[in-house]
Amino acid sequence: MDQDQLEKNKKKYKKAIEPFQPKPSYFKNCFKAFLIGGVICAIGQGIANLYIYYFDLTEKTVASAMLGTLILIASVLTALGIYDRIGQFAGAGSIATVTGFANAISSSALEHKSEGVVLGIAGNMFKIAGAVIVFGVVSAYIVSMIRLLVQTLIS
Amino acid sequence: MEYIVAFTVGGLICVVGQIMLDFFKFSPAHVMSSLVVIGALLDGFHLYDRLIDFAGAGAIVPITSFGHSLVHGAMIEAQRSGFLGIGMGIFEVTSAGISSAILFGFLVAIFFKPKG
Repeated sequence: MDQDQLEKNKKKYKKAIEPFQPKPSYFKNCFKAFLIGGVICAIGQGIANLYIYYFDLTEKTVASAMLGTLILIASVLTALGIYDRIGQFAGAGSIATVTGFANAISSSALEHKSEGVVLGIAGNMFKIAGAVIVFGVVSAYIVSMIRLLVQTLIS
Repeated sequence: MEYIVAFTVGGLICVVGQIMLDFFKFSPAHVMSSLVVIGALLDGFHLYDRLIDFAGAGAIVPITSFGHSLVHGAMIEAQRSGFLGIGMGIFEVTSAGISSAILFGFLVAIFFKPKG
């Protein structure tokens, strides 16, 4: 069978199975993501208010402490297997927050535990999160360069 | 009241991520990377600071704030030492988040057994 025929068959198969595939319910998924993402942010707000109340922190300095706490909670939930179950329900609600970043790191570290501590855990830790850091740093460099250039040109 | 604002704004950012997942068929890594780039771009125009002032944790907890704080640290240091400052300060604000994610991820991987 030549390549053309193979390609045609693939298209035919895709068309044939179309009526049997479940349609992704866009609105429902978006609502779930909204709900879970919102709840995570509200929890973060609660932690921040708690820290401001009990410790000597201002609204500017509390962000790091609050994010650290959320990251700790997300890592432990990932290890217990609870975060994956939340993720199945929430979709992007559990990806687009900082807890998703922590989940990406700790889940890929756990997944490769059997390959050893150095090559497995430490080497594979940034498998997904590495992309986030690379894109963040590159875009931040470009944006800051442009902003500084504009600033120096104006003043 | 601030909880409702945080809930709504954070939820809306997650809906943007969900739209990327469903309509454009992005993978989770693509979604996170795009959101970080969006956050960095928004901070380039001073817009993300205003969103944080308005929504508090609703703007800090989503991953877009990672891009924001990268640009923020770079600009703080750049005001002091010029173009070299961008490289010196880029991780200044966000270092607590990254280092705690590495530390907790490592400890969790050491002490727990993988599930599922």
